Amino acid sequence: MIEKHTIIVTVTNRVGILARITGLLAQRGYNIESAIAAPTEDPDIYKIILVVMETDENIEQITKQLNKLIDTIKVIDISHRDNYIVREYIILKVGITPRTRAEVLDLIRVFEARLIDLATDHLIVELTGHVRKIDRFIELLKPFGIKEFVRSGEFAMTEYN
Amino acid sequence: MNGAEILIDVLINEGVDTVFGYPGGSVIPIFDVLYRTDTIRFILTRHEQGATHAADGYARATGKVGVCIVTSGPGATNTITGIATAKMDSVPIIVISGQVAAGNIGTDAFQETDMVGLTRSICKHNYLVKNVEELPRILKEAFFIARTGRPGPVAVDIPVNVSNSILANYQYPKDVSLPGYKPVTNGNQKQIEKLARAINEAKRPLLYTGGGIISASASQELLALLDKTNIPIVVTLMGLGAIPADYPTFLGMPGMHGTMAANLALTECDLLIGIGVRFDDRITGKAEHFATQATVAHIDIDPAEISKVIKAHIPVVGDAKKILRELIDKVKPRPRDDWNSRTQSWKDQFPMTYNQANESSILPQYVIDRLNVLAPDNSIIVTDVGQHQMWAAHFYRHRRPRAFLSSGGLGTMGFGLPAALGAAIGCPGQTVITISGDGSIQMNIQELATCAINDISVKVIILNNSYLGMVRQWQELFWDRRYSHTCLKRVSTCPPVCPGPNANCPSDYIPDFVKIAKANHIPGLRATKPSEVDAVLKEGLNQPGPVVMEFIVKSIENVFPMIPPGKPISAIIPGRPA
Repeated sequence: MIEKHTIIVTVTNRVGILARITGLLAQRGYNIESAIAAPTEDPDIYKIILVVMETDENIEQITKQLNKLIDTIKVIDISHRDNYIVREYIILKVGITPRTRAEVLDLIRVFEARLIDLATDHLIVELTGHVRKIDRFIELLKPFGIKEFVRSGEFAMTEYN
Repeated sequence: MNGAEILIDVLINEGVDTVFGYPGGSVIPIFDVLYRTDTIRFILTRHEQGATHAADGYARATGKVGVCIVTSGPGATNTITGIATAKMDSVPIIVISGQVAAGNIGTDAFQETDMVGLTRSICKHNYLVKNVEELPRILKEAFFIARTGRPGPVAVDIPVNVSNSILANYQYPKDVSLPGYKPVTNGNQKQIEKLARAINEAKRPLLYTGGGIISASASQELLALLDKTNIPIVVTLMGLGAIPADYPTFLGMPGMHGTMAANLALTECDLLIGIGVRFDDRITGKAEHFATQATVAHIDIDPAEISKVIKAHIPVVGDAKKILRELIDKVKPRPRDDWNSRTQSWKDQFPMTYNQANESSILPQYVIDRLNVLAPDNSIIVTDVGQHQMWAAHFYRHRRPRAFLSSGGLGTMGFGLPAALGAAIGCPGQTVITISGDGSIQMNIQELATCAINDISVKVIILNNSYLGMVRQWQELFWDRRYSHTCLKRVSTCPPVCPGPNANCPSDYIPDFVKIAKANHIPGLRATKPSEVDAVLKEGLNQPGPVVMEFIVKSIENVFPMIPPGKPISAIIPGRPA
């Protein structure tokens, strides 16, 4: 069964590591839903967080192949683990009219999103939260006419020390 | 010391005695150091692909890391096939390529190519050296990565300014620090015990071993396990020579062109013990029909190979030699039993045969059979790719490890001659024989000059059937004999549709291999009749230096048995229908 998997790849900060990882997935025919590469508290270590839609068997193969890369320190598929805090960030531009403005602002309040810009015909809002919350936010704003949005892709951290 | 001097110092430090390669603009500083080094023998091949395969052949025959040095741009791209060949067969080589000066990278400079990008998916690891300070560390890591764990090719791209830059306090590092690279060599105890229990309880166990046994130098351990347990064994193309071909329980090579006995044993076994193998599709056929009655155990140094193609019930990750040593102590002696008799009966019932007596033309199998008798025991056989490769695998009686070199995974035509050249340099005193076809040999035939000039004694056997025989065989069996562009004798006056060899075929084969040999100052011999085979082989093998022996063989002979591509083992074609 094809499911969404979030994979955290901890790597040594070497030139081209992102290309190695994305290249490996492309070479074996896997699609990446989202990828974030970012520094960590240790300047030598980067974390790359991938979201991939694949079967469990393929994910096993992907994680093994990722582990095989010389610069990879650790690979964890957190999809079936609940001890991870997973977040996503979105900036979204939605159309407004004098008639719909109040309703849109209400939604923003309910979701505890932050208004960044308010113009006569549109507004820009940012929101951080669990992926499901972001999805729901988009869904509820859709009828008002979403003009553009950009999502960060998932990032995650274990709850344990 | 400058970067170029550091590189050569590292090679000497790592015990490299021979480097293959080809100079060019961006590696002149390195070649300038080679010019004044007498510790390293440099072999100038006639093509960078030849240099890469030569380093590969050297590595396969000796077990040491093979090294080649080429220039940027076309020099670098010409190594691609060689790197991919080494990757597929897990051969430790280091390919040093020059690069344009760091400041010019990204400007589409003359002879600039993105070597790191090009080789990313076909090497074990690769590096672009940004400055001379990191050169010693990178070279240390390159050798370490190439030869440890599952061996493989490492590419190091060195910009010309790095070769020219001075490093004041050069010291070759003693250790590597690679937090992400720690190959597991010791097998998990519980898994080894589980495997031993499974072996002790199995009714129909079967060993299936490959190139991993050769890489791990685990032949002695494998033989000890066999002697204690009498388990029937099949050996892949990459693993041939791990045990002597006359070992009593050896059933031959399995797979698409495997023996009936090996394939039937795979079908009926209840415990399959894969060691240093990767369940390649040329072995398994249609995966869901593969070894369906068996519990599958898999010993491999590379965790990513476990359950990649066939689900492993008992995986053991680690070094085959170490694991086999532990396993031998834990398994009970197993007398020969009904299962042994059954597998032996298949061997007796379906031997690999040919019938030269009924043929006026030379059969390729006969040439190899005679070579097997006439070649010295210390011979190293190197093949190209195609029908001759399969016949060499079956009809030569392999005696010892690292003495049968063949491009298994990538199936690289043109591998044979340059790889043989590398093997000959790595193993002086041994007879190196390359068995090739008329198609394959032409893909790197320029290396005959390298052999002649450097007096590298490679015995080149060309089995000339005037076809790209393996493709023609597929066309005959599965494409209704539509021999599209597989005839190497075909000329512009031939009819558009040709059903195969007939009275109107051109009489001359172009090129004339004997003349090519002679043009390279190498003796060229040719046999056209079965009665001439022995004389040519004897004369060729007795020549002190390189020699070309061409055998004009039956043009439409097929390799049998054959499992049609994508079909289960049960669909095996035992031989040509009468």
